[in-house]
Amino acid sequence: MAAVSLRDVRKSYTPELQVIHGVNMEIADGEFIVILGPSGCGKSTLLRMVAGLETITAGEIAIGGRVVNNLEPKDRDIAMVFQNYALYPHMSVYDNMAYGLRIRGLSKSEIDTRVQKAAAILELAKFLDRRPRALSGGQRQRVAMGRAIVREPQVFLFDEPLSNLDAKLRVQMRAELQGLHRRLGTTSLFVTHDQVEAMTLAQRMIVMNAGRAEQIGAPLEIYARPASTFVASFIGSPPMNLIPSQRDGRDVLLGVRPEHLEPCAQGEAAMTVDIDLIEPLGSDTLVYGHIGAERTGARVAVRLHQSVDARTGHLPVRYAPAHVHYFDPASGKRIEA
Amino acid sequence: MVENRPWLTFFSHAVLILGVLMVAFPLYVTFIASTLTLEQVMQVPMQLTPGDQLVQNYTQVLTGGSTKGSKAAASSMLVNSLVMALAIPLGKIAISIIASFAIVYFRFPLRMFFFWMIFVTLMLPVEVRIIPTFKVIADLGMLNTYAGLTIPLIASATATFLFRQFFMTVPDELAEAARVDGAGPMRFFWDVLMPLSKTTMAALFVIQFIYGWNQYLWPLLITTDESMYTTVIGIKRMIVGSDAANEWNLIMATAILAMLPPALVVMLMQKWFVKGLVETEK
Repeated sequence: MAAVSLRDVRKSYTPELQVIHGVNMEIADGEFIVILGPSGCGKSTLLRMVAGLETITAGEIAIGGRVVNNLEPKDRDIAMVFQNYALYPHMSVYDNMAYGLRIRGLSKSEIDTRVQKAAAILELAKFLDRRPRALSGGQRQRVAMGRAIVREPQVFLFDEPLSNLDAKLRVQMRAELQGLHRRLGTTSLFVTHDQVEAMTLAQRMIVMNAGRAEQIGAPLEIYARPASTFVASFIGSPPMNLIPSQRDGRDVLLGVRPEHLEPCAQGEAAMTVDIDLIEPLGSDTLVYGHIGAERTGARVAVRLHQSVDARTGHLPVRYAPAHVHYFDPASGKRIEA
Repeated sequence: MVENRPWLTFFSHAVLILGVLMVAFPLYVTFIASTLTLEQVMQVPMQLTPGDQLVQNYTQVLTGGSTKGSKAAASSMLVNSLVMALAIPLGKIAISIIASFAIVYFRFPLRMFFFWMIFVTLMLPVEVRIIPTFKVIADLGMLNTYAGLTIPLIASATATFLFRQFFMTVPDELAEAARVDGAGPMRFFWDVLMPLSKTTMAALFVIQFIYGWNQYLWPLLITTDESMYTTVIGIKRMIVGSDAANEWNLIMATAILAMLPPALVVMLMQKWFVKGLVETEK
């Protein structure tokens, strides 16, 4: 197991086309890090640079204190799980897991011990003779993880490994991944575009936008104090409300999460929402509406724990000052209180 | 289809049976002729029931060829044909798979240029370049050799193209996974690409075996020695002059022998052949 350092890591394909604009991060030994961002933000590229599948244009990546910029993937002591699993279709499950070990010249008995152990952890023992084709999606996913585990690497790299699974299986595999990490304690980097995966798996996460790390921190910390409007609107469902407002005489965006708006009497209201749509979800009710003019006014979502009387078409709400965030409308950056 | 139109059924079957007869009848006549004596073959009309010369005729061609035309034994000609029909597909597969591996998986200067150069040779079949090729082979002293028979026919744009198309459908992640596993390019080639290409290779083998077996013009030019004749050429060399001068019963026996191996290859490899052209195992 090892710490991973990213020092001003950059990637450009041509001088004009830069896709990673300098990412800095120190990942502690044994930490589970999630790289979160929308498609095209460079999160997979960053992971592939750590893996050694993409060259590093500038900056440094170190694994366990050793700079790996010019090392082949096999010399970096990493293991990677791909989105489409990338299992060798003509090999049995056993051979898929054993292949990398054979190349590294491990003894037959050592290979067998490791494969059997991984198969036991992942409940694959029954399937060792099967070809990947004869497995379900979740089982293939486990084989891909097994292939990573048997190598006993310093770092696990996961490239959206759960996104090809159906919703139920994804939740189950998420739990298994957590269990696995607790058990093995290997430093892990996990790329996803799914904020729920990020929030539940990460010890710390990197929120990426257009090749930059917008914010790095623990999930709840990022949720509570988003560093920019991008992070505020990317994390949370529905996203944080951003309402153009004035503060100390300058234009700001006032951010408040849907669950922090509470209905109140008209007299105490900070604002009144004109209701467009109500979604009763059972446990709570989402109210979507707008403030001000119908077309140009700010869109607002409110999460309520009781049903709402929609007949009036208006919902006066208020919020506690502690739950309010301010952002600069031009740069999108957070303005500290 | 659940349909009950007797005339349609009758008509479609009639057409099919007619088609089968048109293909099968000449084959049948060939076989019958190969069982008759020369006198019986020469009768007009020739009888259409098997004669009693089957064993004699086939023994004669297998051991001594014809008595009037070429004396090359069909057994040695079959061996020559087999060498040619095996060397060509195996050579083609070996060269093409490596060439497409280079073109698909490596970035090198003028990569696409070389690909198109290979592709352009599709426009240059043996017949078009036959005189310069003959000159080259003659100057290299390869007339009447297996090398001379096969090497000029081995380079193959078709096979290169087929493998390239197949490799391009193999997901990139597989190559990356192999890299992470520590497999170098050649290791990846042997352990992953080759096994995945098995069916494609089988399909190519069948096509090219028949191509090699049926080669006519090229072996006709470069084999002058009876011991190097291929079966197809042997048939030609048995025909020496006017219709009456030829031993048609022996020629027909050789023709039947020439037809058997390709038919066997197609029948035995049919399953693989179809798989290779249709199925992709990824």
